[in-house]
Amino acid sequence: MTSVNAQTTLQAPAQGRSTGFGWFAVLFLIAAQVTAIVISPPDRDMGDLQKIMYVHFPVALNTFTCFFVVLLFSVRFLWQRREQDDLLAASAAEVGTIMTGLTLALGMLWGRPAWGVWWVWDPRLTSTLVLFLIFAGYLALREFVEDPERRGVWSAAVGILGALNVPIVYMSVRWWRTLHQVQSSPSTVDPSYVIGIRLNLTAVLLLTIFLIWRRYEAALTERAAEHVLQTAALGGANA
Amino acid sequence: MNPSEADLAIDARMLARRFGARWVLRGVSLALRSGEAAGLVGDNGSGKSTLLRLLCTLIRPNAGSATIFGADVVKSADRVRELVGFLSPVPGVYDDLTARENVRFAATMLGRPAAQADAALERVGLVHVASERVRGFSSGMLRRLSLARLLVQAPRLILLDEPYNNFDAQGIELVNAVIRETVARGGSALVVVHDVGLAAPVVARWFGLRDGKIEPLAGAPTRGVAPAGAFASSGAVH
Amino acid sequence: MAFRDEWARARAVAWKDLTTERRSKAGFNSVAALAVTILVLFGFALGPDTEAARAAAPGALWLSALFAGVLAFNRSYQVELDGGALEPLLLYPGARRSLFAGKLMANFVFVALLMAIVIVVSLVLFHVAVPAAWPMLLLVVLFGTIGLVTLGTFYAAMASRSRAREVLLPLLLFPMLVPVLLAAMQATKAILDGDIMHEAGAWISLLVAFDLIFLIATFFTFDYVIEA
Repeated sequence: MTSVNAQTTLQAPAQGRSTGFGWFAVLFLIAAQVTAIVISPPDRDMGDLQKIMYVHFPVALNTFTCFFVVLLFSVRFLWQRREQDDLLAASAAEVGTIMTGLTLALGMLWGRPAWGVWWVWDPRLTSTLVLFLIFAGYLALREFVEDPERRGVWSAAVGILGALNVPIVYMSVRWWRTLHQVQSSPSTVDPSYVIGIRLNLTAVLLLTIFLIWRRYEAALTERAAEHVLQTAALGGANA
Repeated sequence: MNPSEADLAIDARMLARRFGARWVLRGVSLALRSGEAAGLVGDNGSGKSTLLRLLCTLIRPNAGSATIFGADVVKSADRVRELVGFLSPVPGVYDDLTARENVRFAATMLGRPAAQADAALERVGLVHVASERVRGFSSGMLRRLSLARLLVQAPRLILLDEPYNNFDAQGIELVNAVIRETVARGGSALVVVHDVGLAAPVVARWFGLRDGKIEPLAGAPTRGVAPAGAFASSGAVH
Repeated sequence: MAFRDEWARARAVAWKDLTTERRSKAGFNSVAALAVTILVLFGFALGPDTEAARAAAPGALWLSALFAGVLAFNRSYQVELDGGALEPLLLYPGARRSLFAGKLMANFVFVALLMAIVIVVSLVLFHVAVPAAWPMLLLVVLFGTIGLVTLGTFYAAMASRSRAREVLLPLLLFPMLVPVLLAAMQATKAILDGDIMHEAGAWISLLVAFDLIFLIATFFTFDYVIEA
């Protein structure tokens, strides 16, 4: 097991290694939108409103990617105490919070014309709101704790319990709203819709990876700068 | 494990610790043998308390390592806690419990019989107030109470942070007796003091801590006066 | 460390917490008074309509217990922080789990007593008859309280030692408690309505499952959290 002592030097990431990947993700996303908006036909019932699903569903699904990354690296941080894992988990939590927020916003944009109200206590929308609040708490905790080690341990614990709670929240809210829709699944709809959804799923996944990566690089650069100051303060005693 | 390593009560190597951006310890190396009592002196903010708290596993080092009788303070913290007793300047007792309840609680947590708690209370001279609630005790009585906790534990290494504060002559002698007994049974003591004279009868070796680094001192520092070069306050106090 | 020792240590911590709490009676009494006040305010919000009050009773009951109980969780660590007692507590050898178990037991007793008061008061205020299946209601209270206390005690270990602890604890705790509260409220509602749909049992099993998951997860992570 690596002790905390092993983390004394942190390297700043090479400048903009993620940039190329980012451009690819953005171009892919644009291409996916072209397919979704231009090529696939409007929905029989919902018309062009249906197009929002091409973004809403992939974004909602990729929030789980973020929370999975949080879980994975929080566990590894508690185990090995590498500062990088804490920063990566935090980056994923930040991106995940934004993605849940986006899911809620898109859901409301869809709900207003479709149901006539901005908000319905739909099980999936409600669960997403709860998850948003759980991870807003995670980010608030990081703000309120200054010591990096304590911040790392505490947010790892909060991240692990929060991620564990994701399926539990979904299940309990679903039971609570027994009148639920069938999960939208690509296999029950028009083939051109399926292609649009799949392309968008891939595009949003790439974008998610890029955002987490970029945020992680920024956090790493910040911490590496602090480490340089540390080494200077130690006067090389730490070599 | 290397037996000669385990012989060392404290083996600290290049310990460093920071709080926020401030480095309180900047590479402290210190060795203390079994059966040895040492004193630690230094200005305010020189890192004395931080060093003791590192050695008793209350905080982790940012760099460097330390072992207590061969047990690593980070990797075998659990073992270290069995070997080390720490007397903090803060009493750390519960106001709404009586003196006896406080020490008996400590005994249970340490896995010691209750009789040992009562014996310790007698030793520190608090029997007459044993069933009084601690709220309202004088600071000297509170120190005696935390000393009783240390007596119940009877650890191999004692780390004392300003143990003489708030003590009368009798209390000072009590602290020194505890140090002597620990050393006599092959244990060790590291004592942080301001007034060097108080610990002089029991302490054989002195360390100076300045600016987060150890400065070994030749012999005992003279009472209240800075030995040459050891604590010349060159604006190092924060 | 052997289980027997750990159990002795957990019991000692629970005894210590409950004794200090009992001797400074102000703590429990004011928290209980607050819980009743919240119930009364719920009554005002719902208006004088008997039916509406009866329908809202399960929600009001659990929420007032939650809002008042939150104060107990931070207090439980405040006792340690005030006199610097957390340090000796952390320096005792053996697993920190037993500290958590002890605090958990003490907080359970505290919140269970609070629940007893809250239930009696809400039966009166919201015109709810004592249900035929009252033993089942006790089960709901038991498992709901365990869930509440487990997460509350765990998050307070962090929140009480951070800046802005008053805000941070509810902010972390309330969203995490949504599943437990939903299950507890729905089970209570079903029982008070005579459990015509036979759903109370399912909610209770769900509650037990949540309790187990959270108990295991918090026991595993507490060691890290308390020493950081």
